[in-house]
Amino acid sequence: MGTVAVQGLCKSFGKVRALDGVTLDVPDGAFFVVLGPSGAGKTTTLRAIAGLDKLDAGSVHLDGRDATADAPAVRDLAMVFQNYALYPRHTAYENIASPLRARRRPAGEIAAAVERMSGLLHIERLLHRRPAQLSGGEMQRVALARALVRSPRAFLMDEPLTNLDLKLRVEMRTELTRIHRSLGATFVYVTNDQVEALSMADQVAVLREGTVQQVGTPTEVYERPANQWVAGFVGSPPISLLACHAEGDRLVGEAGWTLPRPRWATAADGQALRLGLRAEDLSVEQRGDASLPGELYGLEPLGDRTVVDVRVGTEILKVKARPTVTGTPGERLRVTVDLDRAHLFDAGTGLSLSAAGR
Amino acid sequence: MAVSVDEAVSAGPAPDHPSPARRVRRRGRGRSVLEVVLLTALAVVMLFPVLWMIETSIKENRDVYAVPAEFFGFTVTLDHFRDVFVGADGGRSALSVAFLNSVVVAGVSTVLATVLGVPAAWAYSRFTLKAKKDQLFFVLSTRFMPPVVVVVPIFLMYRQAGLIDTKLGLILIYAAFNVPFTIWMMKGFVDEVPAEYEDAAMLDGYSRLQAFWKFTLPLLVPGIAATAVFALIFSWNEFVFAIFLTSSDEVRTAPPAIAGLIGGTTVDWGLVAAASVVFALPVLVFAYLVRRHLVAGVTLGAVRR
Repeated sequence: MGTVAVQGLCKSFGKVRALDGVTLDVPDGAFFVVLGPSGAGKTTTLRAIAGLDKLDAGSVHLDGRDATADAPAVRDLAMVFQNYALYPRHTAYENIASPLRARRRPAGEIAAAVERMSGLLHIERLLHRRPAQLSGGEMQRVALARALVRSPRAFLMDEPLTNLDLKLRVEMRTELTRIHRSLGATFVYVTNDQVEALSMADQVAVLREGTVQQVGTPTEVYERPANQWVAGFVGSPPISLLACHAEGDRLVGEAGWTLPRPRWATAADGQALRLGLRAEDLSVEQRGDASLPGELYGLEPLGDRTVVDVRVGTEILKVKARPTVTGTPGERLRVTVDLDRAHLFDAGTGLSLSAAGR
Repeated sequence: MAVSVDEAVSAGPAPDHPSPARRVRRRGRGRSVLEVVLLTALAVVMLFPVLWMIETSIKENRDVYAVPAEFFGFTVTLDHFRDVFVGADGGRSALSVAFLNSVVVAGVSTVLATVLGVPAAWAYSRFTLKAKKDQLFFVLSTRFMPPVVVVVPIFLMYRQAGLIDTKLGLILIYAAFNVPFTIWMMKGFVDEVPAEYEDAAMLDGYSRLQAFWKFTLPLLVPGIAATAVFALIFSWNEFVFAIFLTSSDEVRTAPPAIAGLIGGTTVDWGLVAAASVVFALPVLVFAYLVRRHLVAGVTLGAVRR
């Protein structure tokens, strides 16, 4: 068992509201990712689950039992810190053994567990070293081993891959997913990297300024963002947003373009809207009925693809194209739109008008 | 300014062109010429009394009063040092008792200040407290007044409490003076130790106090050593409270005891000097042992790592 539920978490640091009523439900065995930009309250949420900070309001339930007042030691959780927090005076072996020593496990069991973990994470040769003698990736593995050496109720991970270089990060991403699958344990994983969230998570909670914006599977969050902010935060290149309004069976852009109005768009005529278009749902190479006039603004070759920036009125559309695409800035062109995959947001509230309707 | 002096020093015909590395070294040496001159002048002024004290302590009494004074070529004697520790009747001298008192008072008060101050510093560093800055300012403000300002009220309090002329009285007042200092200096050291070590330890299954004791405290040892030496030096050198709050030879610490040697009809300067040398030695030894940590303590926060 390993369910984690937090209800109405509130926490202020001075005048800054870090958490403003955060409610999350992490099912047993889930890889649950808390995603948000820095300052969104992700780490504070994790520390609240761990019991490291005192809350202003709210409750933490572990396995259905109220643990709000429990000390961290009795919550039976393990945590990987962003800066690893390895004990500097202890060898890697002692660092990994620490959770078992704290629980007064017999020496034989400790030795066996450390050996098993170091095998799993390929750090057998590092066990006698101190943290200062380890590289970032090695420290990360030792920190992971220290968390995994026990079988706690749940694992808490605070941006464990942020301090690694890109190659190592991709490697560890796969490895963490593998470990999660083989353990079947509950992971609560905090990150500001949406690629990590989309690639690793069973469920993603998107956090912004201490409030939960959306909870769902990676597909749900990506395909059906609850609001304009989530749509803009998740996805790379970021979603393009065009100001427009509905007029009968048409969408009319503030820049002067018109598109057929999607059937699911329930907005009233004249209501200020934002049309959200993802780069992969746009094309500069195909012909179609629904298209926008614009001019080439710039090209971003990324190797496997090229992102074409197209200026429509005063707004920039990011369009995904084949890496062979060419053009000169200022060139007139039309961008074909896959309207079935477009998003519409209320310009005032930012809420999605399409998420529910499809 | 230093640069222009450098150039003046290194000016003149340079027969061979020095390599960049050598030039750097020569420039460094040029600067140190100025430094050496200034420091020598300063050292002479500062160290002359010390030198004179040491000379006096090993001169025979007739040489002490010799005019003109002899710097070299006097007869060396260690009689004064014997007199510091051995009384006229062959037993322990009053001065040796005073030294022992100083060791006890300075030692115990330092331990007390450290035991109280280090956990307090940890708490001020780690916890959110109401009006923390005001509290810390209040703690510091107790050090604003020089001892001589508060010695009279403390004398009255001590008379009521029966602490006049007791070692306990001195220990308490020295500890009270050293606790604020310990809190402030140690808070800087605790701030330097990431709180995550304790967080990690608590998740490992340790209590908050265990986490502090097992993981943070060992990292604070150099800071504690430096802080304790400062506290020790304060207690060891303290004069005003000692002379006001104690009177008997059995309780007196060394500073008032040495001062008490001066003021009779004749002053045994050799004995005064020898006692002063003995008095100064422990502080020098301690300061030497923890010199690196002392500098670290003084410059703490000056450099961001």
